[in-house]
Amino acid sequence: MAEAHRRSGIRGDEAAAGWLFVAPAVLILGLFLVLPIGMALWVSVSGWNGQGSPFAPGVPYVGAQNYASLFVEDGLTRENFMISIRNNLYYVAVAVPAQTLLALALALVVNQRFLKGTSFFRTAFYFPSVTSSVAISVVFLFLFANSGAVNALLAAFGISGPAWFADPRGLLHLLLGGLGLVDVANPPAALTGGGPFGLSWWEWLAGPSVAMSTIIMLVVWTTSGTFMLIFLAALQDVPVQVEEASLIDGANAWQRLRHVTLPMLKPALFLVVTLGLIGTWQVFDQIYVMSQGKPANTTLTPAYLSYRTAFSDFEYGVGAAISFVLFLIIVVMTLLQRWIMRDRDEPRPRRRWWPRRGSTS
Amino acid sequence: MVRAGLRALAVVCLLALAACGPPPGPVPQRTGPADLQILIGSSGAAETKAVTDAAAAWAAASGNAVTVIPAQDLDQQLGQAFAGSSPPDVFYVDAARFADFASVGALEPYADALAAAGDFYPTLRQAFTYQGRFYCAPKDFATLALQINEDLWARAGLSAADVPRDWAQLTAVAERIAARGITPLALGDTVERIGAFLVQAGGWLISPDGTKATADSPQNAAALTYVQRLLRAGLARYPSALDTGWAGEAFGRGLAAMTIEGNWIKGALAGDYPDVRYTVHALPAGPAGEGTLSFTTCWGISARTPYRSQAVAFVQAMTAVDQQLAFASAYGVMPSVVTARDRYLQAFPADRAFLDGAGHAQGPVNAPKMGNVLSDFDTQLQRLAVADPQAILRRLQRNMTAALRG
Repeated sequence: MAEAHRRSGIRGDEAAAGWLFVAPAVLILGLFLVLPIGMALWVSVSGWNGQGSPFAPGVPYVGAQNYASLFVEDGLTRENFMISIRNNLYYVAVAVPAQTLLALALALVVNQRFLKGTSFFRTAFYFPSVTSSVAISVVFLFLFANSGAVNALLAAFGISGPAWFADPRGLLHLLLGGLGLVDVANPPAALTGGGPFGLSWWEWLAGPSVAMSTIIMLVVWTTSGTFMLIFLAALQDVPVQVEEASLIDGANAWQRLRHVTLPMLKPALFLVVTLGLIGTWQVFDQIYVMSQGKPANTTLTPAYLSYRTAFSDFEYGVGAAISFVLFLIIVVMTLLQRWIMRDRDEPRPRRRWWPRRGSTS
Repeated sequence: MVRAGLRALAVVCLLALAACGPPPGPVPQRTGPADLQILIGSSGAAETKAVTDAAAAWAAASGNAVTVIPAQDLDQQLGQAFAGSSPPDVFYVDAARFADFASVGALEPYADALAAAGDFYPTLRQAFTYQGRFYCAPKDFATLALQINEDLWARAGLSAADVPRDWAQLTAVAERIAARGITPLALGDTVERIGAFLVQAGGWLISPDGTKATADSPQNAAALTYVQRLLRAGLARYPSALDTGWAGEAFGRGLAAMTIEGNWIKGALAGDYPDVRYTVHALPAGPAGEGTLSFTTCWGISARTPYRSQAVAFVQAMTAVDQQLAFASAYGVMPSVVTARDRYLQAFPADRAFLDGAGHAQGPVNAPKMGNVLSDFDTQLQRLAVADPQAILRRLQRNMTAALRG
């Protein structure tokens, strides 16, 4: 309040002028961001059937009905939604660490001073990121076709490659079956009997399907270039003096990376993981171009399911509800990640979660 | 300051709401020359050109203006247009999606008033009837038939007399072909192909009036069990198992001696595999007699068009016998009216099996909200070889019942 009083003197008109200056930004953000989100929120609690305006009188308000059909009601809608969540969980769990590690590794490599032709490699690694994802998807379709280049390569090593895009078997199922722990054709009743949200534990534990893993490979390959660039920018910001100081202290290469470089890359790492999480939860164009959810719904993702539910089944309410759940998932994941990577400034005893053998310190 | 912000937001909201389109209610009709927007889901350049030319000719003769827009993704573009309250006046409606459109009131039910309403094949009329009203005029149609690769047929020691007429004969010839190391039948792995077996067995997924699910009937179980036997014995294979995208590709590449596809296979084979010698026959009959599936599209007229009478006149011109025969020769579809039958057969005698299918053809499942349910059924059918047909049908019955209720 004191602030407000003080301002009413000679600089009293600044508030109006300030609003005037930010008006274009407020208008544009309001019109294209806040308002559409509000409209979509209304659609997600309405029974709008896609005819005319969703705000016309006569469009029924159904409350949480659309959300209930996703979580509570036993039916195909919930099953498809949960399958899409499962697929995307595995997708995120594999793609985000893989693309982050690959990007970091690439950035460390092209940041080396002794490397010749760095700019060539930087361009080469970045190239997939600037190419249209649709074009890359189509190329991958050819590469992973049953008689495509990948299977031809595998055949050269005497391996009979799978029918990549037609193979709905989950990798975890294959692994468990391969280890002889379970019989995949006849899974244990304890797992098939029940599970959360109408999907049996056996289905939750399927892992990414063979078809999904090709899409993961594609995405890791295309996005790592962008993230490499972010890491590279951060690496170039690491002062040479710090590294030299650690050299003088007698740190070896691994120690320099682990205790000097990586801590200084933390903001970049946060950015990369956040962008990765958001991007992977929203995966759409690769699915739309390559698989449309096939085979056996194992490449169905919430983003694609939302589109399909709204535009081909005319269930706009459920489609909007799916996108809001997806929005919440992304927000929660990002907050969680922020919490995990938070700065711990207070001095604390160094703890390890693994015992250090042969160490007296 | 907060209040100013709220005010600004309120202004933005009002601006946006004003742009949200006209209120609902009957659309005032306009007379005189119309400017019709026609959105078509074209099968290719030939169809686009034929429809554009026909529309231009009609426009010139009637004094109206017509714009034909070929859609990239018809479903999505229509969905967007309806949501934005600016739908095209006339557009293609696929029979599989028809009930979705009709149930939300997007379509004008004009077809019963057409002079030629009684001339359409009954199976096509039924495909575009929702709650007892015949909504839109079928544009053309296609049916499934059995294609036989002459060379592979001869190599298996079979002759024209061996063309299978029922399921038992189909199994018998398939075994003889398989004995030569040739895949007998390439069969699409969706309800749009396997459904024909259901019809031949006397079953179908939904009651004729589209209100009750009839999926878990013994007839349907018999049909799926028969297809399962073919798959398990290697007498039939899905296209993916033959390393192909669809059964027509497998057939064209000579990977299978027979396939079950519709009229579109003619154009596909002529374009991609011109050297394949093949003949077309009626599908083998099942325990309940002959049966096939029909695929059709209608000329939907938007319930929101201000040019209703002009749009009906346009559709009347497009479905006239001569016009349909012109379309038939331009891009290989079958006319939807019975009176065009004889002239079509004179021009395309090889298509008799396809055209005769109209007599015992079943259209797509005619009920709203079935897209999800049927794609789930397709998913189940893909693993038919290892799954229990009864369980698949029970699941389908449950899903269909739920979708019909809500």
